[in-house]
Amino acid sequence: MKSILQMKKGGFGYMENNFIFRNINFSLKEGEVMCLLGPNGTGKSTLIKCLTKILPLDEGTIIYDGLEMSNLSTEEIARGIGYVPQAHFSAFPYSVRDLIVMGRAPHLGLFSVPSHKDFDLVNESMETVGISHLADRPCTELSGGEQRLVLIARVLTQQPKILLLDEPTSHLDLGNQIRLLRLINNLAKTGLSIIMSSHFPDHAFISSQKVALMKEGKLTGLGSPDETVNEENLRKVYGIDVKIKEIKEGINRKICIPIV
Amino acid sequence: MPYKIKEKKFSRKNIRSNSVNLFLLVLPIVIFIFSMFIGRYVISPILVIKILLSKIIYIDPTWHPTMESVIWDVRLPRAVAAMLVGAGLSVSGASFQGLFKNPLVSPQILGVSAGAGFGAALALLLLDKLILVQISAFIGGVVAVAFTYKISKIYKTTPLLMLVLSGMVTAALFSALTSLIKYVADPLNKLPAVVFWLMGSFNAVSRGDLVFLGPFIIVGSAVLVLIRWRINVLSLGEEEARSMGINTEQLKFIIISSATIITAASVCMSGIIGWVGLVIPHVGRILVGPDHKKLIPVSLILGASYLLIVDDIARSAISTEIPIGILTAIIGAPFFAYLIRKSKSGWNY
Repeated sequence: MKSILQMKKGGFGYMENNFIFRNINFSLKEGEVMCLLGPNGTGKSTLIKCLTKILPLDEGTIIYDGLEMSNLSTEEIARGIGYVPQAHFSAFPYSVRDLIVMGRAPHLGLFSVPSHKDFDLVNESMETVGISHLADRPCTELSGGEQRLVLIARVLTQQPKILLLDEPTSHLDLGNQIRLLRLINNLAKTGLSIIMSSHFPDHAFISSQKVALMKEGKLTGLGSPDETVNEENLRKVYGIDVKIKEIKEGINRKICIPIV
Repeated sequence: MPYKIKEKKFSRKNIRSNSVNLFLLVLPIVIFIFSMFIGRYVISPILVIKILLSKIIYIDPTWHPTMESVIWDVRLPRAVAAMLVGAGLSVSGASFQGLFKNPLVSPQILGVSAGAGFGAALALLLLDKLILVQISAFIGGVVAVAFTYKISKIYKTTPLLMLVLSGMVTAALFSALTSLIKYVADPLNKLPAVVFWLMGSFNAVSRGDLVFLGPFIIVGSAVLVLIRWRINVLSLGEEEARSMGINTEQLKFIIISSATIITAASVCMSGIIGWVGLVIPHVGRILVGPDHKKLIPVSLILGASYLLIVDDIARSAISTEIPIGILTAIIGAPFFAYLIRKSKSGWNY
């Protein structure tokens, strides 16, 4: 399968000569889920923001669907790449429906307001995510889990080919974490390519085909979860000892056990 | 609200939204007609309607020509001016509150009124010709905001916090310059002229003002009405808005320049009128919720109606005219205090 998103020698810094990350190379295929692992403050969120040009790269290039990203407008990028931020705050209590329909912005002209069709798409993505019952609730009165699902419904309404999820499972309880990973797996099956960052190596085993290990602004490992998420790499990245065990008994998955 | 079609036709929500729509439709018309027959020169309501209609269809004139002149040359231009300014300031206020993600923002936040006030005071001191005072006020307002915009620019972006802080700096600077003019102005005739001009009034509005200044307010408001839905997206913050394809710098520039032109033209017409652009959007949110798709047009109607009522009070409550800037503050400030205590509707702390 062809690659849909590719970063070549990517580098970015908020200040001159002070790079958050540098010399990053990877590519993502259609329908692939890539999990970005690494300690706090290592540049995962910044990298994700660069991939949708919220922050423009200082070095290197990003190729999206054969086109160089620096030549594309914000609108063109938003039609192909959707982004879900780690935290969301709205000063105004828009209804969930009104918040989700904002995902149509890159498809609508400067003077347009969303139409019937746009609201039909909103209903569709609310159903996909399973939050139709929240439609009329104010978006400021949702639980952490509900809010995350609303943002995913919004990004689906944007109809992108690639989803960028910045720590989609942070602040969620165990059940919601797993339900969200299940949703990510289902979305990938429909052909969406996904990049998500996480603090749990287990999430890579649950829903990714590819893992990128990041430390101090560099990629220290890139490949399939089986090859990349191993005891030695995790010790290097997180600085603690970890055991990786394969569990049979109908689960058939590797798990990661930190040693205290 | 096209998406509501699938719901039950007579749900409570629909009835509420229909009665709100009806109220908003009738309100400005009733207030407008009411404004035509109140005033020192008594004209009966039926005669007022006849005089107004006589310009469209032929009605045998049974009234004194003075009555026609009072309505046509005095009350009508004044009412139209009050409605234009009220609508413009409220739409600017609602847009700025969305842009700055903060419901405590007013159209004056970037220093436009301070700049326009200085421009007017300077011209009153040196030139003393109404048209030149208005031109000078307009230029002062635009220059002040351009100045704010310039000092808040960092690389290619203009962060919102920088804009607010630069606006404070600009407003402080121009207010000080205005005080300086007051200090040096001749206390017998120049000083009162400056002070009264700054307090705001519609009593000098002529039909010429409407022709020259009206289009600025109308075009600025039309632009804000047209882009109203995008303000929703922008109000989520610049990063999120960019991820949804919004060219945030462009949209910010459109909103700031439209609101600046509206406010500067308003100051030219009627001096500095505070509290309208701040309070009216809150009333709008109580009626129709925070969605700018509805809030912007509703603020327009409410603002026009509100300032017209206040101007009616200003010109008829006591034997002399009360400066309208004083009245909007006396009514607006306590009402705002009531709103922020009473209801949380429309925004978060």
